[in-house]
Amino acid sequence: MSMGKALPHDAAPLHVTGQARYVDDLPLANALHLAFGLSTVAHGEITGMDLSAVRAAPGVVAVLSAEDFDDMPDCSPSAHDEPLLAVGKVHYVGQPVFLVVAESHLAARKAARLGKVSYRELPALLTVDDALAANSRFEQGPVIWAKGDAARAIEKAPRVVEGSFEVGGQEHFYLEGQVAAAIPQEGGDMVVHSSTQHPTEVQHKVAHALHMPMSSVRVEVRRMGGGFGGKESQGNALAIACAVAARLTGRPCRMRYDRDDDMVITGKRHDLRIVYRAGVDEEGRILGLEFTHLFRCGWSQDLSLPVADRAMLHADNCYHLPHIRIESHRLKTNTCSATAYRGFGGPQGMVGIERVMDHVAFVLGREPLEVRKANFYRGMGDPGGQPPDPRDISGQMKAGSGADLTSRGAAGPVGSHDLPPDGRVQTTPYHMPVEDFIGHDLVAELERTSDYRARKAEIAEWNARSPVLKRGIALTPVKFGISFTLTWLNQAGALVHVYQDGSIALNHGGTEMGQGLFQKVAQVTASVFGVDVGLVKITATDTGKVPNTSATAASSGSDLNGMAARAAAETIRGRLAEFIAEKHQVKASTVRFVDGTVKVAGEVYDWARVVAWAYQARVSLSSTGYYATPKIIWDRVKGTGRPFFYFAYGAAVTEVVIDRLTGENRILRADLLHDTGTSLNPALDIGQVEGAYVQGAGWLTTEELVWDGKGRLMTHAPSTYKIPACSDRPRDFRVALWGRPNREDSVGKSKAVGEPPFMLGISALMALSDAVAACGDGSVYPALDAPATAERVLMAVRRVEGCV
Amino acid sequence: MSIAFLLNGTPVRIEGEAPTRTLLDWLREERGLTGTKEGCNEGDCGACTVMVTDEGGSKALNACILFLPQLHGKAVRTIEGVSGPKGEMHPVQAAMVAHHGSQCGFCTPGFVVSMAVAHLNGARDHDDQLAGNLCRCTGYAPIVRAAEAAAGEAVPDWMKADRDAVASFAAGEAGAFRPSDSDALAEWYLANPDAVLVAGATDVGLWVTKQLRDLKPVAFLSGVEDLKGIEVRGGSLHVGACVTISALREAVKDRLPSFAELLRRYASVQVRNAATIGGNIANGSPIGDGPPALIALGATLHLRRGDEMRSMPLEDFFLDYRKQDRRPGEFVAGVSFPESAPALRCYKISKRFDQDISAVCGCFNVTVTDGVVTSARIAFGGMAGVPKRASRAEAALLGKPWSEATVEAAAEAMAADFTPLSDMRASAAYRMLTAQNLLRRYFHDLAGVPVSVLEVAR
Repeated sequence: MSMGKALPHDAAPLHVTGQARYVDDLPLANALHLAFGLSTVAHGEITGMDLSAVRAAPGVVAVLSAEDFDDMPDCSPSAHDEPLLAVGKVHYVGQPVFLVVAESHLAARKAARLGKVSYRELPALLTVDDALAANSRFEQGPVIWAKGDAARAIEKAPRVVEGSFEVGGQEHFYLEGQVAAAIPQEGGDMVVHSSTQHPTEVQHKVAHALHMPMSSVRVEVRRMGGGFGGKESQGNALAIACAVAARLTGRPCRMRYDRDDDMVITGKRHDLRIVYRAGVDEEGRILGLEFTHLFRCGWSQDLSLPVADRAMLHADNCYHLPHIRIESHRLKTNTCSATAYRGFGGPQGMVGIERVMDHVAFVLGREPLEVRKANFYRGMGDPGGQPPDPRDISGQMKAGSGADLTSRGAAGPVGSHDLPPDGRVQTTPYHMPVEDFIGHDLVAELERTSDYRARKAEIAEWNARSPVLKRGIALTPVKFGISFTLTWLNQAGALVHVYQDGSIALNHGGTEMGQGLFQKVAQVTASVFGVDVGLVKITATDTGKVPNTSATAASSGSDLNGMAARAAAETIRGRLAEFIAEKHQVKASTVRFVDGTVKVAGEVYDWARVVAWAYQARVSLSSTGYYATPKIIWDRVKGTGRPFFYFAYGAAVTEVVIDRLTGENRILRADLLHDTGTSLNPALDIGQVEGAYVQGAGWLTTEELVWDGKGRLMTHAPSTYKIPACSDRPRDFRVALWGRPNREDSVGKSKAVGEPPFMLGISALMALSDAVAACGDGSVYPALDAPATAERVLMAVRRVEGCV
Repeated sequence: MSIAFLLNGTPVRIEGEAPTRTLLDWLREERGLTGTKEGCNEGDCGACTVMVTDEGGSKALNACILFLPQLHGKAVRTIEGVSGPKGEMHPVQAAMVAHHGSQCGFCTPGFVVSMAVAHLNGARDHDDQLAGNLCRCTGYAPIVRAAEAAAGEAVPDWMKADRDAVASFAAGEAGAFRPSDSDALAEWYLANPDAVLVAGATDVGLWVTKQLRDLKPVAFLSGVEDLKGIEVRGGSLHVGACVTISALREAVKDRLPSFAELLRRYASVQVRNAATIGGNIANGSPIGDGPPALIALGATLHLRRGDEMRSMPLEDFFLDYRKQDRRPGEFVAGVSFPESAPALRCYKISKRFDQDISAVCGCFNVTVTDGVVTSARIAFGGMAGVPKRASRAEAALLGKPWSEATVEAAAEAMAADFTPLSDMRASAAYRMLTAQNLLRRYFHDLAGVPVSVLEVAR
């Protein structure tokens, strides 16, 4: 059976030879190329626009600005607040103001620099503090979710630990920048090639811009050169611009952002400030906890509401918090609109509680891992009651009029349900029973395999002898909720064809951005038919084949699409079984599809032979498949429900060394143990875990976004924005999968893997905190902000040394 | 313009292109060779890496900041040419598949070319060889596993073919101005003092790809053979302006190991293979890594204008931010410096260890005789508008016993040497504190105390 095999990525032979095609590689005869002219001020009224030099520039075919549109196309995935081109006002540095259509990419870029736009500058809100002072926010006020009585629990607690913590954003730095192409068709129809995680959203937005029904627009995505959430909504503008220009000129149009433009224009991971106050006992158990999340969302709403929600949903991580209050501010600022990024707020929520654990342990002088364990949820193996009855969401969806149904930026449905009691099965701050907690066993296993205790002792000895360099170590766990919190997005479709020669074509709504989704779904499909995965032809995601797809996001790709493809394949297999069983006068249930053969009534036939017979017998060999995730229900206003089908778990031990004179630091070793259920493909899963860890560690160490006082992003290229390079990976890197089946009925009992291991990188920040603490006498907490650049590490060292 | 080179083994001649057309754009737009990718268009990500072979050997270079005239007479091999003529996979390609070294695949062609060049050259320092290739998906571990697995495999014949082919390749005269010796360059530059001299194009390339400047006239220095020499004369190394950072690193590897280690962290393989020490100096950047080390070494700069040569201490060349003591028509011919300096230590502080620009680069060269400081040269990059000596700190050391107390006094004195800026790389406060601490580190370092996080073994 191909499911579970450690097969390489299906496109690996194409990747390594340069044959794999991306949108910019598609041959497009007679194509035009687009570039945006960008706002140079963070907030202002446009008082004049002289585009004559742009129009006169060599190779320019057309120049468009607000005055050329009766009805400015909208790019927003949520609130219709992102005009393709600025109308009257600009809201951040880098906002597209005009569009150049030219004969070459370079000609378009050169011409775009020639626009003369004048502004009357308005006060710009650039920081969290600016926005708070001006009460500039999305939604009416902060979102507050509470369970128990946090204030009272803190008041009564023996100890109170409080602090404030700045957490930086993160540029996606997908290696392939944003790109799209539009090819005009007969009757005004449009075919769009887009590097997007969300083809249906692009289809919807392009159709809206062209005033056409969605059926007139077909969007195709063969692959992306990386996405990480940055291509969930941020590709809309390019696709719309291409479609508009293609309609105007009648020629194919292609647009890609130069890297610097990409980094300036597009949104990034939300940065935020986390303020916390915890009441604890002497063991470090958290009796009451208050969090305030101050999210800098940027100029438009985009996906900020569900991102900030998910941060709240992960403010507990693995810890049972009986009395908690979370206040979440979604602040509107004159900066690029922060967007989805791997973890979608989860990392921001989780790093907050891990900071609290670290701080509590420091204040109490206890081993941080012991404090963490003391707060763990009760294990699934522990005595506990039956989980509550699953409640189905069907029939409870209702969308507001004009809502963007395809996007998770939309407001969620409100379901009604009873709150389960916080009894033997403990519940999260949002009242979801944690039925599957495996943290105790998983962490114990990692503690053993990583030799955590002995290493911690050895490090303490080493530090005592080393005046300049100090080492640190930390173990942090991960519990990440799997499902879209906008319930209706938890559905998927697939289309499977079996051809008369036995070859199979597979199509589904998921997109391939490197994660190996296509291969995993192909493995699922091949397993249903009992054939080699090589027989399954993987085809580009195409809104003309599978409609109404959800974004490939929230780690849901293989869970949803794998199930849909399995359903489609099972339909065809059922027909084949019926057919061959009837020929042999046996029950269809006795037919077996294994090893490329069909076994029936003691006979063994080649798969292809059975398929050919079935074709001749006029049996349909094509089917769609559909899947909707069961059990989930969620009321985002109250902050209660079961938003997640299940949780994925993991834990990491990171060891670091720092230089107390410069703050320079590096990861020496990382041990990861991650839960992917019964893996659909262990090689791909380990690849996700390793890559996510390095990306997560990058977020919290070297990846620093810097804006100047005018709201200009100063780190807009890889020369100044530093993602991990080859030598930044842990030199000693030990990665293992937990390998126990998912207790829920997911595809092959596997678990989603895209996002959860990203948060294993939090252990790097906590290890740095441990190393910094080793520079002091234990009286001053390092209070290390993120990203912990060499500069922040040095300043924290100075604090614990008593120099500041 | 008429440029000829070998492309995947086949001669090509290009007429009528602008001299600042990049190889990357030409490959993708004119030749349909789309395997070579554009990731950043500034030489920082390596997605556009190609192999370029000349009589000096085969090197990895970034095609996005490589102008066509720089390739005249050379052999270019792209990802499409790394596979064999019948489509056979190169051992590094097979290893990348087997070890799951690609995920999204976009950076992969660049990695494969870098790996194939390293494989051809027998280089096994994989982390350094791949420092100029960014990958956002894998976390690099499987890529390094692939590189290690392929290291023992034989080099395919087609990878060796460029070396022979280029030796017998008659490219003819280049249409662009591409002098073949420094006399020709001197004469032409005197007549065209407003021209842009392009050596490695690792900075000038960005004037074109990012600032979208039209450069003319332009002289390409890649053929100026007499400026590529490295000689040892009377205890000094004399290095021609067109010596690449890669070649310089090799030359100082055993003589000045700390300088060599600094150069290991100078950008990436692709950039070091193109960038020249002359360009690094003439550019006048306050954050170039060559000048602080050379100033600490007491280097002498050699300039030429027409037939006139002059020399000066390197630090005197840097007058003010981006303003050098260079007259119209005058160019950097070379630099000379002592071939030995046992006490030289070069420290580079940046957000990332590899392929990053210094926030602070501190280079120290203090001579202690009988416990007393008899000479002190301390130079910094990133602390002022120019690469600059810490004169007050040096003065505070001179004649004093080499002790912690002296170092503390010198560190205090250094506060008056610089007024650093805050920018996206570091704050002024961090720069000053770190500069002072680097002197303290130097003291520990000479005393044998471990001071480098890069040298902590597990």
